[in-house]
Parts: sequence; structure tokens; C-alpha cells
Amino acid sequence: MINAKPIHTLSVYVTNKPGVLARIAQTFSRRGYNIESLVVSPAIDGNFSRMTIGVSGEADGLDQIIRQVSKLIDVLRCVDHTYDDAVVKEMGLIKVAVSAEERGEALQIAEHFGCKTVDLTDTSMILQAVGDPAKIDALVEMIEKFKIIELVRTGKVLLARGAETT
Amino acid sequence: MEKTVMDGGQALIKCLEAEGVEYIFGYSGGSVIPIFDAMITAPSNIKFVLVRHEQGAAHMADGYARATGKPAVTLVTSGPGATNVITGIMTAHMDSVPMVILTGQSVSWMIGKDAFQEADIFGITMPVVKHSYLLKSPNDIPRTVREAFHIATTGRPGPVLIDIPKDVSAGSFTADLHAEMDIPGYKLHSGKIDLAKVKEIAEAISKSQRPVILAGHGVLISGGHKELRALAEKLNAPVTTTLLGKGAFPETHKLSLGWLGMHGTAYANKAMCECDLLLNIGSRFDDRIIGDPKFFCKEATVIHVDIDPAEIGKMIRPQIHCIADAKLFIEELSKHVGKLNTGEWLKTLDGWKQKYPLKFKRQGNLKMQHVIDEFYKLSNGKAVVVTDVGQHQMWAAQFYKTDAPNNFLSSGGAGTMGFGVPAAIGAQFGRPKDTVIAFCGDGGFQMTEFELATAALHKLPIKFVVLNNHYLGMVRQWQELFYDDRTCGVDLEGNPDFVKLADAYGIKGFNLRRPGDVKRIVKAALAYNKGPCLINCEVEKTDNVFPMIPAGKRIEAMIIEAPKAGSKKLEKPTGST
Repeated sequence: MINAKPIHTLSVYVTNKPGVLARIAQTFSRRGYNIESLVVSPAIDGNFSRMTIGVSGEADGLDQIIRQVSKLIDVLRCVDHTYDDAVVKEMGLIKVAVSAEERGEALQIAEHFGCKTVDLTDTSMILQAVGDPAKIDALVEMIEKFKIIELVRTGKVLLARGAETT
Repeated sequence: MEKTVMDGGQALIKCLEAEGVEYIFGYSGGSVIPIFDAMITAPSNIKFVLVRHEQGAAHMADGYARATGKPAVTLVTSGPGATNVITGIMTAHMDSVPMVILTGQSVSWMIGKDAFQEADIFGITMPVVKHSYLLKSPNDIPRTVREAFHIATTGRPGPVLIDIPKDVSAGSFTADLHAEMDIPGYKLHSGKIDLAKVKEIAEAISKSQRPVILAGHGVLISGGHKELRALAEKLNAPVTTTLLGKGAFPETHKLSLGWLGMHGTAYANKAMCECDLLLNIGSRFDDRIIGDPKFFCKEATVIHVDIDPAEIGKMIRPQIHCIADAKLFIEELSKHVGKLNTGEWLKTLDGWKQKYPLKFKRQGNLKMQHVIDEFYKLSNGKAVVVTDVGQHQMWAAQFYKTDAPNNFLSSGGAGTMGFGVPAAIGAQFGRPKDTVIAFCGDGGFQMTEFELATAALHKLPIKFVVLNNHYLGMVRQWQELFYDDRTCGVDLEGNPDFVKLADAYGIKGFNLRRPGDVKRIVKAALAYNKGPCLINCEVEKTDNVFPMIPAGKRIEAMIIEAPKAGSKKLEKPTGST
């Protein structure tokens, strides 16, 4: 999973109202930006939601997008966390075709990456990987020597460290 | 708490009245019958104007708002009624005009089930509104209406849409009419000016010898025209405006360079190439004024003052910027600057004004410019001028000089043909004592001419000037200049007899063909006040607007006068439309 353009991670704090996601998605697409990943969940105060958006594009124009998103009435704030030291995590589920002979090596790789095996059959297994997105990239690369049947990733979620606000 | 037995529609009318709404422009339909019923059962001072097509209602509300600075309301039914106002909403959005659009919607439980006349107008209009609502309960009406007007009129204004399901307008209202707003995400500028920025800007200005102030629509919206004049006079600095900024600075003032851009004055555009400092207040550096952004004001210190942070650096990256209300900024800046040594610079600019004046020929076939110029003179430059879109729009802007704010109304960003007739009607409703002149081409006029009925019914003394060249002139001009004169899709053969058309509506009509008759007929039209009148002007068919900066080219590529026959072929423009 190599991207030509850097992926930026934005955290957007919004009012929990119908149409908010559509407005934000539209702002990105209208200005030519592609959303790579998106996670939406309610904030502690149920009137608000937090979106973590992975977006590819040039940093220069991204600044413009952030201001366009911030301008939306339903958006309280939109912060680019790409270059700060936030805690960034992602989960991936990878279904791999492995025969009984291959299983040992596959489990070894899984163990190395701290994965859980959440499903196991005679011909396949599902690995659950949690952690830094780059780590999941590396796992996928390693496990590709077996046949990956299906793969799903949640997209990044993040929180700023210590006293910082996300 | 004021609790009364009423339905959603009645609560809505009360809330609109509380916002000071004077006019609702609209069209009825099934899903808004409860709201129309409430206009009778909940009497108010609001006047309802029934239009002939929903697009007309939107442009009327737009024209009213541009002419008065106050928001107006558009009320239409669901489905096609709602989709018909989209052009009007987009037009207002592009030009930051405050407007509240009320659309009817199917009953809540049928939404999403393809009910009769159901359209997802909330979804469809998302990219062209400042904000929008889909009401869920009658009790949400007061808060929503308050928020809608607040959002539409504050900060950078814009259109706000409220979609109202029929069961919401018909359902019983049991809440408080005086609900508080709840918009924690609305980041309205505090009004506090960043003093350090102002001082930095004042410092840069003090070093400038060839400054230009560029005033945009933001100056008019903030009501800062007087402050701008005082600032320019204090600095002794020249001022140019955008097309929408016309009136932010008197165009007859000796420091005025007129308006700049694609068809603006040669001297304003040349000033962009030669200035050492550009102070842009309240303009978004539209592509129509900057040409090729890579070369725009390359030698100058560019300062951008705007209320909308998203405009900073969008087109042009300024050296210094300030997020502020234009009027408050100008007031503050004036305290920190003094007279500049601009004598030489003003002399140069005056030289250009002498050398490259806006001009036209009064001989030969009748020219649009001639008609516009005569209206300017005989109305003493004091009329509210509304234009449609095209060549006539550019000439109206060139030859009807604007000295006062909110007197030149034109669809700038959107370039919406069909804007002129209904916007003029809205303007006349808002400014009943002023003379309103609508300059339209024969193309745009026919897009919304049905609103002549509305003008006639209300006896609005608007002068509808149809500058009739039987062509879509601006496109024909591009085809002539850049496409080897291959004209296609621009010949408006089949135009009706506009005077007969006016007559069918009971409107006084004039035909104008000869240059020698211009004065007499313009005088007669201006004197006619029993209702609207229409002046059909049979003008030169193939005239072209100059100066012209081909779209996307650098300003230096400006064509000041018509190229001589047989001169070098022009390249196709690379900029937007």
C-alpha cells in the first residue's frame, strides 16, 4: 500500500446532526480531494461526533480544504494531526488461505506482529491486527506470501497526547 | 413563555415577522398549503408576492437583498418547485447574498419513498447554501428560523434553506416562540481587529509609492463605503473595485480607477501590473480579475483582508492578511496611516486614463453603450441599475458609473442569465422611491420575461431595457475572436416583438432604433411612472466588448481595442469559461 501523495490525518469535531457527513464528504470531493479512510463515532457529549479522516493530497491545498471544512456550520473544529505526536491506531482483519503445512509459518508472522487469530479453519485463518497503520502495512506485506482472501481495515483513529486537544 | 394554540405554519409566519421580514416571494403548491393558509390565519405585516416561476422568486429575493442589505424570503413547494430555485440559490451563494429559502417537503413518513413531488432538496442544494435544515418537528421552527436568519446575514452572508415537511407545517406547535439559537459550530468573527496585523499592514503601506486599493463586495456588505473613501483620501491612494464592488467607492471620484478585470478599465488593469502594493479589502480574487494567478501582482506586496478565512490564499497567496470585517478594518487602519507620496503614481494613472478611456461610437448603428450612457446622464447616475449577464452587463458596468452603495446589482460569480428581470423587481420592491433600470440582453430577458406579469400587477415603475442584438453576443464575441468567427448556437432568430409582448402584459413599450432617437426615448421612459415600461433597442448586431483580458491569460495580454481586420489570430483562452 504505497501512496504517491502523503496521507494526512484530520480530526473533525462536529455536531451530531443529519447531513454533517455528507457536507464534509462533499467539501472534499468538490475541491478534488480523495478520502482514504473515515471513522465516525459519537463523542462523550452525545450532541457531538468525532470524525477521523485520512485524506491524500498536497499539503499546500490541504490547508485550503481544512479552512473550507472548518467553515461548515456543523463543524466545531478541524485539525490536521499529520505532523504532531498523536496516538494513531487502526485495526485490520485479514483472511488468509493457509493449508495445514503453511499454518505454522503464518502463525509465526502473526505472533511477531502481535496479531490475534480470531478464526481458524482447515484452509484459512483470520488475523486481527491492531496498532500503528504502518505496522499493519508491514504485516500485509509479509502475509502476502500466502493468499489473502479478503482484507478490511477500520481506518485510523487518533487522540492527541496529554493536555493537547484532538 | 408564550404558549398559544397554533400550527407549525402559523408559528413560522410569526417567526418570520419577528425577523423583520417585509416580503415573501414565492409560488404555492401542495406541500406548502398549510403555510399559505397561515398567511391568512396568522395575520402579519409580511407581504406575499406571487411570481410566475420559482426561479423568479429566488432572484427577486436576491435583488431585494442586494438593493436593501436586508434578507428576503423565498417560499416554494416541494419537488419541482424546490428544484426550480436552485439557480437562484447558487447565484446568491456565489455573490454572498443573504437569503432564506423555505421549501415545502412531502410528509415526514413518506420522505425517501419517492412520494409525489418529493425531491431531496436538502441534499441537492448542499454545495450551494451557507447552511440548510430539514425540519423534524413544528417545535423546532422558532430556533431554526432564528438561526437561519442569523447565519444568512452575519459574517460572510449567504443563502440558508429550510425544508419543511407538510406534517411539520400542519402539525400543532406546543413550544416557546422565543427559542434560543444552538449553533456551537458557527465561528463568527468576534469583530476584534488584530492590531498587530493592522500595524504591519500600515507599515507596508507607508513604504509604498505605487499603492492601489482593491475594494470588493465585502466593503459594501459591511457598509464601509464612507470609511473607504476617507481612507483613500487620507492616503491619496487610487481605488479600483470589483464588478460587485461597484459603489464601494464613487466612480466619479478623481482617485477612482473604475472597476478592474476581464472587461474592466485598461487603467485599473494596468495598475495591477505596475503597483508596488495591493490592498485588497473584501474581494475574493475572482479568476475574472486576476487572469493568470502565477503572474498577478508579482512585483507588489499583496495584502488581503477578508471576513472569510477560507478565502486567504485560495487564489493568490498574500504577503500579509487579516481576517476582519471590512468596515472595522478600514476604521482601524485609518488611525495608523498618513498621506503617501503618490504624486508621480497618480500622474501616471491619469496619463493612462487619458490614453485609454472607455469609449464608443455614436455614429452608425445604434450601440448598447450609447443607450446605457444616455440612461446614465438622464437619470443623473442615481438609479438602481440591475443587469442580466453578457455583453450588455459589461457595458452597463462600464458606462453607468456607480457612486453610491447597493446601486449596481449584477450576477457576478454565477453569471446567471435570467437574473435581470426578477432581480429588478425585487430591487424595486425594496427601494420603491428609487428609479430602477434593468439592462438585459435579448437572450437573458427571454429566460425570465414571464415575470413582467409580476411587475405589471404591482405597477412597479421599472425601466426594462432590452438591448437587442438578436445574438448571444458574448459567446458570439468569443467565437469571432478565438474560433475564427465560427458562430454556432448564438443566433437568436425567432425573437418575439418585445414591444408587442410588453403590450400583452399591459406594459408600455418603446422601440428604439436610431441613435438620433436615444435621448428622446430614454427621457420618455424615465418620465413614465404609471408602471413598468419596456424599451426594445435594436442595436449593432456584432459589436464586441473591450478592453478584454482573455480568460486565464496574464493581465499584460489585455486587448485594449478591437483588433484590426486581418491582424494576428488570437489563441484560445485557457481560463475558466
